[in-house]
Amino acid sequence: MSRNGPEAALAGFVAHLRLNGARIGPQETQGALAALAAIDAADPVTARLALKSVLACDRRQWERFDELFEAYWLARGRRRERLEPRPSPHVTSARPALWDGHLPPDDGSAGAPSTPEDGAGDAAADGEGRLIATTADNLMRTDLRLLTTPEQLAEAAEVAERLARALQDRVSRRRRAALSGPQPDLRRTIRRSLASGGEPFDLMMRRRVERPLRVIALVDVSGSMKLYAHVFLAFLKGLIGRWTQAEGYLFHTKLMRVTEALRDRDSLRAIGRLSLMAEGFAGGTKIGGALRQFNDRHAKTALNGRSVVIILSDGYDTEAPERLGAEMKRLRKRARRVVWLNPLLGWRDYAPIAAGMTAALPHVDAFLAANTLERLAALEAEFARI
Amino acid sequence: MSFRDLQSRLADTGYVASDGLAMALHLAISLGRPLLLEGEAGVGKTAVAQALAELQAARLIRLQCYEGLDAAASIYEWNYQRQLLAIRASDQAGAAVEEQIFSEKYLLKRPLLEAITQNEPPVLLIDEIDRADEAFEAFLLEILADFQVSIPELGTIAAIARPVVVLTSNGTRELSDALRRRCLFSYVEYPSLEQELTILRRRLPGIAEHLAGQVVGAVQLLRREDLEKKPGVAETLDWAAALMGLDVADLGDDPATVQATLVCVLKTQADQAAVPPEVAARLIGSAA
Repeated sequence: MSRNGPEAALAGFVAHLRLNGARIGPQETQGALAALAAIDAADPVTARLALKSVLACDRRQWERFDELFEAYWLARGRRRERLEPRPSPHVTSARPALWDGHLPPDDGSAGAPSTPEDGAGDAAADGEGRLIATTADNLMRTDLRLLTTPEQLAEAAEVAERLARALQDRVSRRRRAALSGPQPDLRRTIRRSLASGGEPFDLMMRRRVERPLRVIALVDVSGSMKLYAHVFLAFLKGLIGRWTQAEGYLFHTKLMRVTEALRDRDSLRAIGRLSLMAEGFAGGTKIGGALRQFNDRHAKTALNGRSVVIILSDGYDTEAPERLGAEMKRLRKRARRVVWLNPLLGWRDYAPIAAGMTAALPHVDAFLAANTLERLAALEAEFARI
Repeated sequence: MSFRDLQSRLADTGYVASDGLAMALHLAISLGRPLLLEGEAGVGKTAVAQALAELQAARLIRLQCYEGLDAAASIYEWNYQRQLLAIRASDQAGAAVEEQIFSEKYLLKRPLLEAITQNEPPVLLIDEIDRADEAFEAFLLEILADFQVSIPELGTIAAIARPVVVLTSNGTRELSDALRRRCLFSYVEYPSLEQELTILRRRLPGIAEHLAGQVVGAVQLLRREDLEKKPGVAETLDWAAALMGLDVADLGDDPATVQATLVCVLKTQADQAAVPPEVAARLIGSAA
């Protein structure tokens, strides 16, 4: 242990875990100290097991813990420097070109929150959030591929965010007050009956509150979708930034969960995390494989009876179409509704004849065009019917 | 008592715990904090609490969670019928009646309140917490952090003896950070070959060593297959018991019978179709 004593070393370890994504704080440090006091801490194997049950608080952390433990305690001198929370030049340079459109430049001003997150965005939330078509008319009808200049992209991102807020609006209003309902509320009835000498004149009722929908978006970022990915990522970010019940995944040949990264308000850190995930951007597509990964690993947690799955993809798959069909069938079993947004569908003369698309179609509730922002906005009506 | 002692005492009750799980249990007992267990269905999360209760000769109080579980079904409820009768039968004034009907006599204790009003510390098992909704987690927080329950009409009831709390989750939903932070955590994996053999020997003492080895080997291989529902430890035990009951001494002897007994381990139609006799024969062959 160091000169600062075990407490400081342990606090350093907690900070190390936190840097690696654990959401823990002083309370956990205290718990860890208590745990070490309760066992024979001189034995490193025992100490590791004890720290693991106190400091790892979910499965992801549990699986990574041993690696992080070794990195910190066995290569301590070198790791120490990384506790300094400053932007590393490596992270900023690795930022994918894809994100240049809707994230602030990474010079000195990079520490400020990104523009779509604040100010103007909030102002639009109070009832005016749906005036998309009137304010951005021309842009709305342009094919998303043709939006290339940074200004246009920024505008498109903003529109996508407003759309996300409009969707949220629609869904959260589904809650109803429990003025009447199918079940009597005996507790309140009896309480009230006291006033009338025990005669329950007023029968109080209760009903279950409807809960908001959960949206899970799977975005194809493979080569064939490269031109659309900018806008869809902005859409995803808007959706997740505004809506706690949303989850985002990217896929090309593999699937990655990006909810945490996109929810991060510190855009610099978000870039760093996304740049790692973006490896393989604009490569081939394995939609079936990615969906399989989703079904195996995430579907159980992410989906429930109130989930809507949105798949943003052109359906060009490099794998056998049967596989995609089978995985879509599995997905359909768990989700309440599956919506497939295909940017090609908006083109004249397009027919979904790609083998993968044909295999997937029977398991899709809605197959919609997503080549312009106007078409994306039409999603709102689709959601209202759910 | 060290966690190794706990591990061996658990083994005496028939529960074979991994090092990580034994340590988490040991800390949960010595620090008095709740323990959250996650893992696939059938890895023995619920059995931990049962084994612990047996080991400590404590009462096991179980709360099975389900969607829509509320405070009335989990913490306490007033006995409305008795309250109504008392009000009607009483000739006292309103305030006195109120005093009377909101007393402990009219309180129905549900598992959580039950657990903190015991004289001897019980084991409280909150099973499949991921089935309950987010709102229910909020009810739990007060109990898990301070071991007390607030009843507006009665005041706060604090625990007489701190229960050992075990929560289990199958991971069908993300649990809130607030709940996770109050708990110690352990992820329970499927047992290794040796562990599962030990479990089988403890639970089915009459089993022949040869058959036990074959059964465990085959189940371990089955878990690596692409199945919808992977067989858990309970399935292994069922299968071994079924084979013993049918006097099968070697899995290779009677393929038809063995194939028929696979219903003990494969619980969906798709999984049964995925393991036709040829596949089963291959699995058993490579397990032996």
